[in-house]
Amino acid sequence: MNLAFRLAAGGSSDAPKLPGSLHVNRRLGQWLRFLPEGLVEVRSGKVELGQGIATALAQIVADELDIASARVRMIPASTVSSPDEAVTSGSLSVQESGTALRYACAEARAIYLEVAAARLGKPADRLQVIDGEIVAVGGAHTSYWALADDALLDREATAAVAPKSAHRVVGTAMLRLDIPDKAFGRPRFVHDLELPAMLHGRVLRPPSPAAVLLSVDDSKVRALEGIVAIVRDGSFVGVIAEREEVVVKALERLSAGAAWTERETLPHSATLPDWLKTQPVETKVVDERAAASAPEAAHTLRARYSRPYLAHASIGPSCALAQWQGDALQVWCHSQGVYNLRADLAVALGLAADRIVVAHVEGAGCYGHNGADDVALDAALLARAAGGRPVRVVWTRADELAWSPFGPAMAIELEADVDAAGEVLAWRHDLWSNGHSSRPGRAATPTLLAATHLERPFERVLSINPPLAAGGGADRNAVPLYEFPARRIVNHRLLAMPLRTSALRSLGAFANVFAIESFVDELARARDEDPVAWRLRHLADSRARAVIEAAARRAGWTSWQRRDAWGHGIGFAKYKNTGAYCAVVAEIEAEREIRVRRLVAAVDVGLVINPDGVANQIEGGAIQASSWTLKEAVRFDRMRVTSSTWEDYPILKFSEVPAIEVEIVSRSDAPSVGAGEAAQGPTAGAIANAVYDALGVRVRDLPITPERIVAAAG
Amino acid sequence: MAVRLNVNGADHEVTAAEDTPLLYVLRNDLGLKAARFGCGTGQCGACFVLIDGRAVASCDTPLWSAVGKTIVTLEGLGTPEHRHPLQCAVIDEQAAQCGYCLSGILMSAAALLAENVAPTEADVRTALDRNLCRCGSHNRLVRAVMRAAGGVAK
Repeated sequence: MNLAFRLAAGGSSDAPKLPGSLHVNRRLGQWLRFLPEGLVEVRSGKVELGQGIATALAQIVADELDIASARVRMIPASTVSSPDEAVTSGSLSVQESGTALRYACAEARAIYLEVAAARLGKPADRLQVIDGEIVAVGGAHTSYWALADDALLDREATAAVAPKSAHRVVGTAMLRLDIPDKAFGRPRFVHDLELPAMLHGRVLRPPSPAAVLLSVDDSKVRALEGIVAIVRDGSFVGVIAEREEVVVKALERLSAGAAWTERETLPHSATLPDWLKTQPVETKVVDERAAASAPEAAHTLRARYSRPYLAHASIGPSCALAQWQGDALQVWCHSQGVYNLRADLAVALGLAADRIVVAHVEGAGCYGHNGADDVALDAALLARAAGGRPVRVVWTRADELAWSPFGPAMAIELEADVDAAGEVLAWRHDLWSNGHSSRPGRAATPTLLAATHLERPFERVLSINPPLAAGGGADRNAVPLYEFPARRIVNHRLLAMPLRTSALRSLGAFANVFAIESFVDELARARDEDPVAWRLRHLADSRARAVIEAAARRAGWTSWQRRDAWGHGIGFAKYKNTGAYCAVVAEIEAEREIRVRRLVAAVDVGLVINPDGVANQIEGGAIQASSWTLKEAVRFDRMRVTSSTWEDYPILKFSEVPAIEVEIVSRSDAPSVGAGEAAQGPTAGAIANAVYDALGVRVRDLPITPERIVAAAG
Repeated sequence: MAVRLNVNGADHEVTAAEDTPLLYVLRNDLGLKAARFGCGTGQCGACFVLIDGRAVASCDTPLWSAVGKTIVTLEGLGTPEHRHPLQCAVIDEQAAQCGYCLSGILMSAAALLAENVAPTEADVRTALDRNLCRCGSHNRLVRAVMRAAGGVAK
């Protein structure tokens, strides 16, 4: 639940509308403070996930305040002092936090100029700000730093001061603030945080989703030196030790001594799309448009697509620290939403929220709702037995791959009624999927993993979909941007959830765009029409056409030389139909496996805050999507998730990564939108279309493995 | 068990069980946080360090086997004051997103450059193939290694 989700869900107040997250965090002093030593402390509720948001926000602040970016101190989010911006998700941080900071800084600058004007005896409009020095004509001067006074910003924002239209730092490839620490191996991640007297904790997760703990023989654990406590609460069991290697060994012994009952609750993985379509569902018509007149269809084309459950598969497992002082709890973790997590911790622990502090510390790459929130509860539960000492909990690789929420499996059926010339008269899109969000902080029942394993368990909450006004969930990008006379889009949300699902980068957009882009390729080919020309002909939005043209031009679409076993294809989407425009051209070679050789992406994110940051996000998104498209699927039998190592859940390797070129189509007059989730769907569509181009085989079930190609060819 | 370890050019006295994974000794006893836990089974490369010049998974290297050898972590490769060309190149190329895998990748790259001062791009990709990156910084990292190799060669 990002801010957009909350507002769409009716969370807005009666107060006058303020831009971005300023609307729900209205005090200027919540956002920034000037310090006498020549620095500005900036507080955002959005967190660094490896996407470079802290750098982008610092650029915005530097521009609005007329200061060097080196003077900006981005303070990590914490429930002690940060604005509550809900969750860092949905590619909305620049829109929500960036917009708030832009207006807050513009107003703060004006307030300080008024004070300076009185101090210097000059009118405010005759003052200039040069790197924080406030200078009057004639040379009299003061500065933000000399005038620094928190009381000046202890007031409600009005957004009456317009932000700058000309930019100095925004639009430049400012170097990322966090990369030097990482290049020199300095402590930076929550995994690296050392607190005095810290202990090490591990949790023994059940062997399968429905497993119940019968008994634990912990005698061999107690035989180890330096065991501080063994904690059991229902099916939740964990251990704390003085040293990390001891707690790792203790976990192995705990596992060997645990007896569980297990049940077969998982679907047949081989027939997953069929299973999805036969579950109890809540059906919603997402969008419907009838044609003014309805010419008779010559025939109807139909195709079925699917994607499997996908794992986040971050390189660093989830990690958190917790420390109790009496009935007060502090947690350090890499959650995407510190306030939302606090709300769920409060319910799960039976504690007032104001007794809990949640502080963000960077984790390894975050691609959606992973185990970051779950491990915070793990740490809190274990630390209760630590006598006031802090406990750090790190998940195992197996738990990271098998117990983090998965991106849901999806089945999609597309139909197009076409006339005799193959032109679309009506378009239908039906999709079946679990909800794409079970994030914490949203309901009376916590969604944290361990809460469902306690002696008095909380109910497992069914995942839901954010409303379409906030970008949607399973139905994200299900409404095609292409102009068709009639369309009907229907979302069937599953009311059974054998595997826990939640938000994975781009949510439903990855599979929906893969399906739509594959299907329009089929429609174009059925007419013998160039797929690029077909797309351009069906798009009214000039920005959409511009990225397609840019990608095609850069890739040399029209001068493509056909070679044996090589193919090229294109994919396009406007993320959420409200965000970034992205077109991708893929060039692949069909060896024993499909090898993506080259990806060319063109992207329009409106006003670019940091062009290298945008390129980095598009490159990363395209590589991750290539990995999803070609390799990835969570494996399971009827009882257990079986993909629990990197061998069972392979991801794209250095030798398999394609060359990538990113072209940014600059639109400095358009509002900034996020780049992190724009490339995924178009990349999948482009690769699938390139595979068809190379082999004449249409693979509609992801991932596109050699086995799937053989099956589709048969 | 008390042992003497040579890490980043200095000898350290360490007291830990002899089968303790080297990773935990480096991180928890010596305070060297660059090598990071990723999988515990040597499959991802996040914990790579140089042992006698070879990039090795410290998560499944027992302490006893590291005694008497020369261990180098990313902290020992270079510092902000005395930067290794690879560290400069990573910053120049902005070759990271989350950066969790970065330390291990730089150790693989350092081992490569010590043997081959003028690697081809294919050499670099092969050398880094034991390291996983999830954010998709691969091509930037390859460019950074090629840039550093240029610097090393000159």
